[in-house]
Amino acid sequence: MSEPSIELKGSLFPLSVLYCQDFSVATLRQELAGKLAQAPGFFTQAPVVISVENCTQTPDFAAIKQLFSELQLVLVGVCGADASLKKAAHAAGLASLQPPKAGKTAEPAKPAAAPAPAAPVAPTVISADNKTIDGNIRSGQQIFVKGADLIIRGTVGAGAEVIADGNIHIYGALRGKAIAGAGGDASKKIYCYNMQPELISIAGNYWLSDTLQGDYWGKPVCIGLQDGQLMLAELF
Amino acid sequence: MAKIIVVTSGKGGVGKTTTSAAIGTGLALKGHKTVIVDFDIGLRNLDLIMGCERRVVFDFVNVINGEANLKQALIKDKRLENLFILPASQTRDKDALHKEGVERVLNELSDEFDFIICDSPAGIESGAMMALYFADEAIVVTNPEVSSVRDSDRILGMLSSKSRRAEQGLPGIKEHLLLTRYNPERVQKGEMLSVDDVNDILAIKLLGVIPESQAVLNASNSGQPVILDADSDAGQAYLDTVSRLLGEDVPFRFLNVEKKGLFKRIFGG
Repeated sequence: MSEPSIELKGSLFPLSVLYCQDFSVATLRQELAGKLAQAPGFFTQAPVVISVENCTQTPDFAAIKQLFSELQLVLVGVCGADASLKKAAHAAGLASLQPPKAGKTAEPAKPAAAPAPAAPVAPTVISADNKTIDGNIRSGQQIFVKGADLIIRGTVGAGAEVIADGNIHIYGALRGKAIAGAGGDASKKIYCYNMQPELISIAGNYWLSDTLQGDYWGKPVCIGLQDGQLMLAELF
Repeated sequence: MAKIIVVTSGKGGVGKTTTSAAIGTGLALKGHKTVIVDFDIGLRNLDLIMGCERRVVFDFVNVINGEANLKQALIKDKRLENLFILPASQTRDKDALHKEGVERVLNELSDEFDFIICDSPAGIESGAMMALYFADEAIVVTNPEVSSVRDSDRILGMLSSKSRRAEQGLPGIKEHLLLTRYNPERVQKGEMLSVDDVNDILAIKLLGVIPESQAVLNASNSGQPVILDADSDAGQAYLDTVSRLLGEDVPFRFLNVEKKGLFKRIFGG
């Protein structure tokens, strides 16, 4: 009624950027298909930006776009394009984007002022694929995160399922099922602010709600695995 | 542009049609041109609750199939100037609805009305999905008991993933919780979930609490939306609900056990 029917808002989204040496469709097809085969389904309809920074001649953007859709990817734009490449990209219906800031994505930032050399410190690898959900997971909904952590700012309702290869953090009540370390990693944990689950499982070891009744029910709890046995501990 | 409000629940028998009739009528009472659309194809009930069952000639499915135009199918309420009903078909099933047809009818209604109330069928199948797909706001009708609450949770998941707003990445459907058949005495005895219990699980904004009331059954049987029975507790609770839906700040009533006076104790309430 009085509210405007449309609204444009700026937002930031994680996008995969494809860097390549050879822009010929045949090579791209081969390389990309190989990459996608390693994680079937993971990149399905994923938005991708192609970097053309080190591109010497104008690639056939229309053909590349076609190739992407055949591979079930969505080519949304190019980055690092000069004026003539931009024009060609626009003609193919692609957006041109700023290249990502070097240092942040290309290589991890070096720690400032390294302390006196001690034992070599293993680099902390932080997966960028952690999934954060703002809101509640409702009954019947299923969330699966491959190879990373799942963070939920809300409640997981009874009859909902949250599954991750990594840890699961729930900043709300857990009333459904939570399965952490789904890939078999026994070091993963489940954290929740109010534990009333139907089932919890870490690396294939599971407990049903019957077993979980007791002191920790309804409390903020951390759940981990110790010698193949599930262990509960209060969060605070 | 009309505001499209779906009245839904997942579970059957919780009061969706009663609520659709009451809220549609309430909006019309407040001067808004309103149409209530019955999406429960094959189990037509809204016309009975609204008391216009003898005036149904053409229905929603006829309009979708182009066998009748909207003007022919819309039934004007006899009590209120700006209230209309689009009845469901009793002889067809839910598959008679399809997105394109529903969208066309809603668009046509949208030009003429301020509010379109979609009375959803129970369940989570195509009929219920059709009713919620185009919604701007949703009233999730819930009874204070566990199975109803879980089904509402399920439908809330559908609202946030299967609607047009979700598919097109628009701002989500505005969700309201309406608790019906609330009985403070039974809540006090622990036989029924309290408002807080339900709020805790569903975590959406509470729009209203309708007390369990004989007036609702009487209203249904007589084909008078209960909101027109302004003397009844349920009617008043629905009036409050409509005010809140329109953005007014109204305190909640009928949440606590009424203290009975001596006369009521002796003669019954």
